Amino acid sequence: MENFAYVNAAEVEQVPSLLGDDWNETKIIAGGTDLLGELKEYIETPKKVVNLKSIPGLNEIKADAAGLTIGALVTLSDIAAHPTIQHHYTVLAEAAESVASPQIRNAGTLGGNLCQRPRCWYYRSPDIICLKKGGDTCYAVEGLNKYHAIFGGGPVYIVHPSDTAPALIALGATVKIVGPNGERAMPLEDFFVLPDVNPQRENVLEPNEVLTEVHVPQPKAGTKSTYLKVRERASFDFALSSVAAHFEMNGGTCSKASIVLGGVAPIPWRSKEAEAALNGKRITDAVAKQAGEAAVANAEPMTDNGYKVPLTRNIISRATMSLA
Amino acid sequence: MSKEKDKDQTQETSISRRSFLKGVGTSAVAASVAPSVLINAETAAEAQMGEEITRAKIKLNINDKTHEVEVEPRTTLLNVLRDGFDTSGNRLDLTGAKPICERGECGGCTVQIDGKAICSCMTLAIDAQGKQITTVEGIANGDQLHPVQEAFVEHDALMCGFCTPGFVVASKSLLDQNPSPSHEEIKEGLVGNICRCGTYPFIFEAVKAASRKMGG
Repeated sequence: MENFAYVNAAEVEQVPSLLGDDWNETKIIAGGTDLLGELKEYIETPKKVVNLKSIPGLNEIKADAAGLTIGALVTLSDIAAHPTIQHHYTVLAEAAESVASPQIRNAGTLGGNLCQRPRCWYYRSPDIICLKKGGDTCYAVEGLNKYHAIFGGGPVYIVHPSDTAPALIALGATVKIVGPNGERAMPLEDFFVLPDVNPQRENVLEPNEVLTEVHVPQPKAGTKSTYLKVRERASFDFALSSVAAHFEMNGGTCSKASIVLGGVAPIPWRSKEAEAALNGKRITDAVAKQAGEAAVANAEPMTDNGYKVPLTRNIISRATMSLA
Repeated sequence: MSKEKDKDQTQETSISRRSFLKGVGTSAVAASVAPSVLINAETAAEAQMGEEITRAKIKLNINDKTHEVEVEPRTTLLNVLRDGFDTSGNRLDLTGAKPICERGECGGCTVQIDGKAICSCMTLAIDAQGKQITTVEGIANGDQLHPVQEAFVEHDALMCGFCTPGFVVASKSLLDQNPSPSHEEIKEGLVGNICRCGTYPFIFEAVKAASRKMGG
């Protein structure tokens, strides 16, 4: 990789000025597990890398009656192993546990998992300047698109690789962002942007902004949740398709369902259709099947990824039944 | 093109006579170059917050011994362990951790940082300052092998052996956290390591045996 200047940030407020306003000049490092891959492939060649680990307090999990506050530097291992998260925010613990390998989870952070770049093989190839990297073509359209989007694609057809993002959206999380004009907060669902808004980015962050914290409201009593992820191989991998399911239950009836999919769209994909099929229903095999079918009714598979349609349909049904 | 770049990187990040002669002072691994040719030296730990560090003298605590090395920010921990020299000119020579995939996918470079398994290929050396780094060279107690190492020998848990140091450290890390893992938990705990000889069944048996040896 190219050399770069390394800068320790003293406090969150200092980060925007250290980052500056050019994506290509400066990158953030936390766990480094995504950034180093990009640097080693020369996909990014920043002049400066800003270290967040020198900022105190960003690696804490606070759990109280109002909910959960997780600093951007908390590792995926620490989230997966946290008893309160396992018990009350199950979908998040399961999603964090499903990321990569123990080695990567011990280094990788929540902020990094939410802000990681796509795994598309055209994007990751140092020899290809695709639409995502400022070129004019998404090569997945005419090329090999086995791992690409079946929802929300165009003009770029990447899928969002995060496991924690669907889980956190299902839980109704908000994120805190610090920029040159101070803080802003927004639902995590609004943090991600489709490629027709900005083909080169996956979220609303400006070059001089940093995600610092995630807040998750305390789920209501009787809530059930789970994360179900399908990989191409039995050991670690990114999702071919995944579902974060979070149900507010009233006896055997689902009073409010959140179904958010991973690995199938350029952003974590909320399935309003599946949610509508579940809301107010008693969870039965037939209802679970309907939810899966409703979710994929409007899927737009490409030439090589048609398998994702029945796969996604079936994991929604399976996740639903596991919460019945 | 990518192959050429990888080749460049290998040259940049390992000591070769050619790259040394080609340009002392421009090598990616400053730690691998004789101290007399280093420039812009500064102690990163003392660097002001917000200051741009392009080369730094850092202290790494590896296997309970402190090594002062000089690195560029891009130098990975794996580079330093294998190819680095300390500022007295002594090679660290900790070649147990292996550079295989160099992308955090194979686990061959696994070491422990503060007791947790990480990939040293995906960790900047500068980020490992102030941490307890344990490599496979540091887990035996003198001549007494660690129970995981003993169990790997007794259960023939290797063929070519190239992945073994990574597996040993990953297995130790697993048992540190979960002293009596089930078969499934062992498989889960070692997903980050790849053995192309396919000795997995023996490795899993070795981990179970090590667990028993350690009282788990």
